[in-house]
Amino acid sequence: MGTTTLVTLAGCEGALSVVDPAGPAAREIATLWWVLLAGATLIFALVMVLTALPFLRRDGPGSERHGIRTWVIGLGLAFPMAVLAALLAYGLVIGERLLPRAGDEVVEVAATGSRDGWLFTYPDAADRTTSAVLHIPAGRPVDVVITTGDVIHAFWVPRLAGKLDAIPGHVNILRIEADAPGTYRGLSAEFSGAGYGDLTFTVTAHDAAGWTAFLAGEPE
Amino acid sequence: MNALRRHRALSRIWASEPGFRGWFSTVNHTDLGRMFLVTAFFFFVVSGLLAMLIRAQLATPHSAFAGPEIYNQIFTMHGTIMMFLFAIPTFEGLAVYLLPKMLGTRDLAFPRLTAYGYWCYAFGGTMLLVSMLLGIAPDSGWFMYPPLSGAIHSPGINTDFWLIGITFVEISAIAAAVEITVSILKFRAPGMSLDRMPIFAWYALVTALMILTGFPPLILGSVLLEVERAFGLPFFQAELGGDSLLWQHLFWLFGHPEVYIIFLPAAGVISTVLPVMCRTALLGYGWIVAAAVALAFLSFGLWVHHMFTTGIPHMGLAFFSAASTLVAVPTSVQIFAWIGTMWRGRPELHMPMLHIIGFFVTFVIGGLTGVMVAMVPFDWQVHDTAFVTAHLHYVLFGGFVFPVLAGIYYWLPHVTGRKRFFRLGEFAFVLVFTGFHVTFLAMHWVGLLGQRRRIPTYAPEDGWTAINLVSSVGSFVLAIGLAMVLLDIILNSVTAVRGRRDPWKAGTLEWAMMVPPPPYNFASLPQVTDREPLARDPDLALRLARGEGYLDSPRQGCRETLTVDVASGRPDFHVTYPSNTRLPIVMSAVTGLFFLSLLLKLYWLTPLALAGVAALACRWVWALGRRDDLPAQDVGHGLELPPAAATDRGPGWWGSVFLLTANATFFGSLLFGFAFLWTVAPGWPPPAWFTPSGLEVGIGLAGAATGPLAMRVAIRAVRRDANVLAALGLSFAAACAIGIACAAMMLRAPDPDGHAYGATLTVLGAYGLVHAVLAALMIAVLTAKVRGGLTSARRRADFPVAGLWIDYLAATATLILLAAHLPGFLP
Repeated sequence: MGTTTLVTLAGCEGALSVVDPAGPAAREIATLWWVLLAGATLIFALVMVLTALPFLRRDGPGSERHGIRTWVIGLGLAFPMAVLAALLAYGLVIGERLLPRAGDEVVEVAATGSRDGWLFTYPDAADRTTSAVLHIPAGRPVDVVITTGDVIHAFWVPRLAGKLDAIPGHVNILRIEADAPGTYRGLSAEFSGAGYGDLTFTVTAHDAAGWTAFLAGEPE
Repeated sequence: MNALRRHRALSRIWASEPGFRGWFSTVNHTDLGRMFLVTAFFFFVVSGLLAMLIRAQLATPHSAFAGPEIYNQIFTMHGTIMMFLFAIPTFEGLAVYLLPKMLGTRDLAFPRLTAYGYWCYAFGGTMLLVSMLLGIAPDSGWFMYPPLSGAIHSPGINTDFWLIGITFVEISAIAAAVEITVSILKFRAPGMSLDRMPIFAWYALVTALMILTGFPPLILGSVLLEVERAFGLPFFQAELGGDSLLWQHLFWLFGHPEVYIIFLPAAGVISTVLPVMCRTALLGYGWIVAAAVALAFLSFGLWVHHMFTTGIPHMGLAFFSAASTLVAVPTSVQIFAWIGTMWRGRPELHMPMLHIIGFFVTFVIGGLTGVMVAMVPFDWQVHDTAFVTAHLHYVLFGGFVFPVLAGIYYWLPHVTGRKRFFRLGEFAFVLVFTGFHVTFLAMHWVGLLGQRRRIPTYAPEDGWTAINLVSSVGSFVLAIGLAMVLLDIILNSVTAVRGRRDPWKAGTLEWAMMVPPPPYNFASLPQVTDREPLARDPDLALRLARGEGYLDSPRQGCRETLTVDVASGRPDFHVTYPSNTRLPIVMSAVTGLFFLSLLLKLYWLTPLALAGVAALACRWVWALGRRDDLPAQDVGHGLELPPAAATDRGPGWWGSVFLLTANATFFGSLLFGFAFLWTVAPGWPPPAWFTPSGLEVGIGLAGAATGPLAMRVAIRAVRRDANVLAALGLSFAAACAIGIACAAMMLRAPDPDGHAYGATLTVLGAYGLVHAVLAALMIAVLTAKVRGGLTSARRRADFPVAGLWIDYLAATATLILLAAHLPGFLP
């Protein structure tokens, strides 16, 4: 539970915290964030030291050619290219892993955004519609089919995964997964006019028995 | 003639009208540059106050300070004003004020256009301010995504203020960009080849070219959305064959280059000021120019990184993610070249240098978080959260406001001719720097904790209370700091402590004149032999004042300068500028009437206003005409130059080339939109296709073939002083034929308010028609000039200008007619 302690100490906890992940997708991205933060801090420190030193040193100027080799070609071109190529590859690999891919375990649910709130339907239980609460099974990958009834919205459950837009005339699919049963807060994350601040929902993740019961139509 | 008498004679010729009346008739770049900057800073203050309201609202949970309706207007206007009414006009003001002085000439290429641009900016900005005072300001966020900004979900006039007001203001950006480009390429001191240009001019050139290619997609988007709102032609409604994603593409196709349009001039300021503060020359001039050009190209290839969450396939995103990270490379070339410059010299901590340090710290953090959000998975989490708001403020405040403050402290002695006496600036810097970082570092964190951007309030259980309070306190420290900067500038501008000429011992030409600058800049124009003429020859200012340069004898009461060959800087033509006139302000007021008639839906007024603009435009080109041939002019040093009217490539031709570049980008964006809707939008194919007509295509293509040919015949004839009227008549008929073909297509477009297909064809037809009318009008004016005796072989520069517009009309009309008719002819 070392990570949990660290997270608490750093003030990362929160029902909407990106850095307090509760599912595989959010966890991958949180790790990416910590890597990015560490790298950025090192580079920032390097640049700041290089900026501060000329105020302290008092030796004469070097040659223009030497300056260009060191500063422009070495630090300006080669250094960022190496760092960025590595980062880019890392980011793409994670991105590929987070895509919705077919599998036996995958559950599909549908989310429809509107300025009055989110509506959720379930292909596995044709007659069930819930508003403002999305039910999913815990520990299984869930594909959320996202559409909108009016303007653009975005479906976002920060502790489970990144966000994806609901765009008129288009259908988008987001893969989410919760590690454990529980409730997770979700947000509409694209400005949609007056009432935007209140456009929220929750995700209830059930254990296997609870999910079967939900699909069978038992009251929530 | 001694220096004092020359000064008096030139001042008489170049002075604006005395007192405030001069503001309305001045065409002088020094006046207009100052007017641009003062107006831009007025808007900065207004928008800063809006930012304070936002931070007051978010300081505590469940705040009831402003309701959502007002709050939405506040944040929309904060972004809109900062981007369109502060940042871009500040660049325009800096460039307008500095460029002719740095380039060693007396004014910009088209002085009246500078004034016209300024007044369009002032009037358009006023329109937006009025909407805010009336409580009906735009409220859909500064990027105005439809369908939220469409007629169904935003039925009020709020959105129209944005679409119409911003388009009006953009006229000034396009005007300034054409002006700056032509001025840098043609209006320089003799001997200033491209590689001897001051580095700021390179940055300004790249920026101006980016404005010409970056703004048209936004203008197109605004036109389409306004047409959809006002007349029901669906471009962004999915159920009628449109697609709201088209807006996002058009908007960010503008919006991302916009970031670099804002950053590059600021980088130009750093590249100019930093070496002076370090008592050395800039390290890697050529590399820096190359980096700026590379940034410009790359910045057009990464707009999709604002759309990572719209569901574009991951491999597509990967391409734009790579481009977005790649853009960090030319940026870091510049950063490290600047640090290398500091290592080569001895940096001194004057006021400008303090703000440059502020720039380094802030912008490097902004760049690093920029790389973070270029990582697609990370962006999926932080997109539309306070993290992104914090990132963009680091980039824009760090990459623009700090450099501009450095620039202000650097050039203030130039503008005022005074020395700093009060020392508030250092203390103000500490407040600005501390306040900024407290505000926005905190905002990154609260974004990671799930706070979305643009929410009007939040609950205590969200756990953001303490961070938001810290952020708000920081923002008030920042505001106090900025107010002190303003106070410092005002105090030091009015205290009468005369300063020295060239107080920083800089090497560029803007310091080779008395301060504050005289209206004519240089009593005689220098011969330039290297990048820092003043460093090589500290007495240059005195020698120029004594008349040792070119054009040293004022004559005929006319404002004179010379143009140079683009690459080599060899003098080629003699130019006479127009004098003070109220034509620009009147014309921009009538232009404003046109926009106002659209805003208030007074459509009976629209054609009247357009006729008014056309009449004033005719007067505009007529005013410079002469009835006699000017001989070649003696410009001094044994050099004689022909007048610019005696060439095929005069300033007007160059201006048209760049205006048409912007126009072609607009047209290209329209074709892109057509192809995008056709292939990506849901709801295609349309219920009915356009019925092709061989006759219409025949008429149109015949016109497109004849017009340019006839115009070429006319251009050859005028060179020989032969009769041109028949050829002009033929090209007029050709323009009319094209107009008829386009009008027919426009009128026959199927169901324009029922499907995006017909709507787009209507707009394409209207585009062709407008350009046909424009070309016909130009030929008519040219014909009138011929008949009035205003043209000859030595006054022929207008012919190639009209020729360019006819060529452009022929090319675009051919594409339009083929795009509409060809699919119908195919099996």
